[in-house]
Amino acid sequence: MNTANDDTINRRDFFTLSTYTAAISALFVSILGLLKFPMPGLFPEVSSAFKIGKPEDFPVGSTKVYQDKNVLVSRDAEGLYAVSLVCTHLGCIVSTTEKGFKCPCHGSVFDGVGSVIAGPAPKGLNWLDISRLPTGKLIVDTSKTVDTGTKMTV
Amino acid sequence: MAFSNFFENLKRFPLIFRESLIRHDKPVTDRARSQSVFSNIFLHIHSTRVHRYALKPTFTFGLGVMAAASFFILLVTGVWLMIYYKPSVVEAYGSIKDIQNIVPGGQFMRDVHRWATNIMIVSVMLHMSRVFYTAAYKRTRSFNWVLGVCLFVLTLLLSFTGYLLPWDQLAYWAIIIGSNIAASPVELTDALGITHIFDVGGLTKTLILGSENIGQEALIRFYWIHCIVLPLLLILVLSPHLWRVRKDGGLARPDNLTEKDLEGTPVDANAETVFKNAPEKTYNLMCLVKGKTPAVGRGPEQTVSSWPNLLVAEVAVFMLTLAIVCVYAFALDAPLKEIANPSVPENPAKAPWYFLGIQELVSYSAFMGGVGIPTLALIGLIFIPYLDREEQVLGRWFDNATGKKVAWHSVFFSIITCVGMLAFLVKFGWLRNWFPQIPQIVITVINPGTVLLGAVVLWSFFIMAKHDSTRMGAISIYTCFLVMFLILTYFSVYHRGPNWDFYWLKSQWPMH
Ligand code: HEM
Ligand code: FES
Repeated sequence: MNTANDDTINRRDFFTLSTYTAAISALFVSILGLLKFPMPGLFPEVSSAFKIGKPEDFPVGSTKVYQDKNVLVSRDAEGLYAVSLVCTHLGCIVSTTEKGFKCPCHGSVFDGVGSVIAGPAPKGLNWLDISRLPTGKLIVDTSKTVDTGTKMTV
Repeated sequence: MAFSNFFENLKRFPLIFRESLIRHDKPVTDRARSQSVFSNIFLHIHSTRVHRYALKPTFTFGLGVMAAASFFILLVTGVWLMIYYKPSVVEAYGSIKDIQNIVPGGQFMRDVHRWATNIMIVSVMLHMSRVFYTAAYKRTRSFNWVLGVCLFVLTLLLSFTGYLLPWDQLAYWAIIIGSNIAASPVELTDALGITHIFDVGGLTKTLILGSENIGQEALIRFYWIHCIVLPLLLILVLSPHLWRVRKDGGLARPDNLTEKDLEGTPVDANAETVFKNAPEKTYNLMCLVKGKTPAVGRGPEQTVSSWPNLLVAEVAVFMLTLAIVCVYAFALDAPLKEIANPSVPENPAKAPWYFLGIQELVSYSAFMGGVGIPTLALIGLIFIPYLDREEQVLGRWFDNATGKKVAWHSVFFSIITCVGMLAFLVKFGWLRNWFPQIPQIVITVINPGTVLLGAVVLWSFFIMAKHDSTRMGAISIYTCFLVMFLILTYFSVYHRGPNWDFYWLKSQWPMH
């Protein structure tokens, strides 16, 4: 250490200090960058909406299951509604039973409108948004949930 | 002159080269062997001499070495499997089929890789238990225990990320469940109503999956984590783990050893004269070394040279591990289910056996079983050496008669509470069966898992107070966790069937 003058810093100390500073800040910045890297600005988008046909395809009292979309569409006197078959517990696909739905993975049981009756699911099955295209065709969007009981009058 | 040197060197090349490569005498004497252990970077994780007690088979059972051996087997077979495996959702399943059907020895390679995982998991858990019950986490070894806990977690993560790669039904539904467990803090943030501003669960999930959905991005991330990140991290943590064993003066051992303690361990007849014919040595380094300095002119007591004694023991354990894995692989092929089908989960969808204990907990509450309780257990493990600092005998299984008694009592306590709880659950159900409208947060907080956890904590505090000893408290809590883990694992392997319902026997499962 050069202590001749408190205001000056000798070349060696300056060099040491700047090396440490550079190393530590480079480390810090690179860690930030490395952490940010796995979060892309745009996620690969999988189309979540699909056509289900015309309202006439669903007579009152009918139910249709879209296996590859994991969605059930049903129509009763009050209207048309879509229920997601993805279990709200950990994402297995529930199967339909006489009284409602049942999940094979950890045994959650849901009633006819998808509310939990037993098992670990934290909430009822999601109800999905149904909308109508200008052509009259209906579209279900699995990424848009609506309140349980929201039915589309047709 | 230069010419003759040139030819002379050329002629002597083999000799000079050998001398440049190996810088010690033929390893036929203890001294030369010590030299080689000392001067070779790989052998140097051993000290040149090792205490006889560390070689006592019934002390360590070679479990740490067995974990390391199975990790090595996994590295080799894994790197070889990478030649054929294709991390693409379209091709992954087919490439595994190819490995099994058209690659020479492919089925065997895959079996060995899969079964060595089992051996590694079992030996890591047993090794941890041996370290725990012999109090080998005390004094200077606290941090090495923490490194051990990291290795334990890395081992489990390696196994989890690995069994996703075949992209069969098991793999697919395991990623679904696994990533949703990562997202399960939503249960908590939902209850607090803050999910829209602070969605930790969702963020972790998208980070793991690289997308909102499960597909190519997720598979390649798991592949990357399994083949690159975790093995590197494991080696990074394992190196100081082994190094510290050496720096702590070898394995923990009792301060007052009796002849009986050392029964059946190798003896060095020349131990008394070891330092006599050593070359002049400067002991400047000794200024840095903590603890007692060795007595010059007298052999360190009760040690033998690492080569051959320790090395042979290690190779023996390695060969034993390899033999077990090979027999296992010949007898049983690694499972491969049907190709992943996103609309039909397996029923029942069961994880590999070592995760089934957790799966049972998850069937009570996703957040508590999958995140809450495991995290608490890990924090508890890490804290053991810092909360239990009692001075005591090291290196004896269960310390003494009291330790043994506490361990037995804890075994009975956990069998009774855990089996009782499961019986109650199967017979009467839980809160939601009685009060269908109950808010989720109540179930998240009060479920069979948390009740068992509470019982174990109370019991251990009771034991700690009764014996006025933190070590006894630690023995009871560790034992309870271990026994309950085993019971839950057994229960969900054998008594959980379709829809996660209870069955006495698999033959009673309904056909579908
Ligand atoms: C990949 C996993 C692991 C490997 C390969 C490994 C390897 C080893 C080896 C070879 C030893 C030498 C002694 C022996 O064989 O018992 C050792 C000692 C030790 N291990 Fe591990 N280990 C692993 C995981 C763990 C875990 C999970 C813990 C505890 C949480 C742990 C804590 C310790 C401690 C404290 C020692 C020193 C014991 C003593 O001084 O007596 N290790 N480890
Ligand atoms: S995923 Fe449906 S109960 Fe667990």
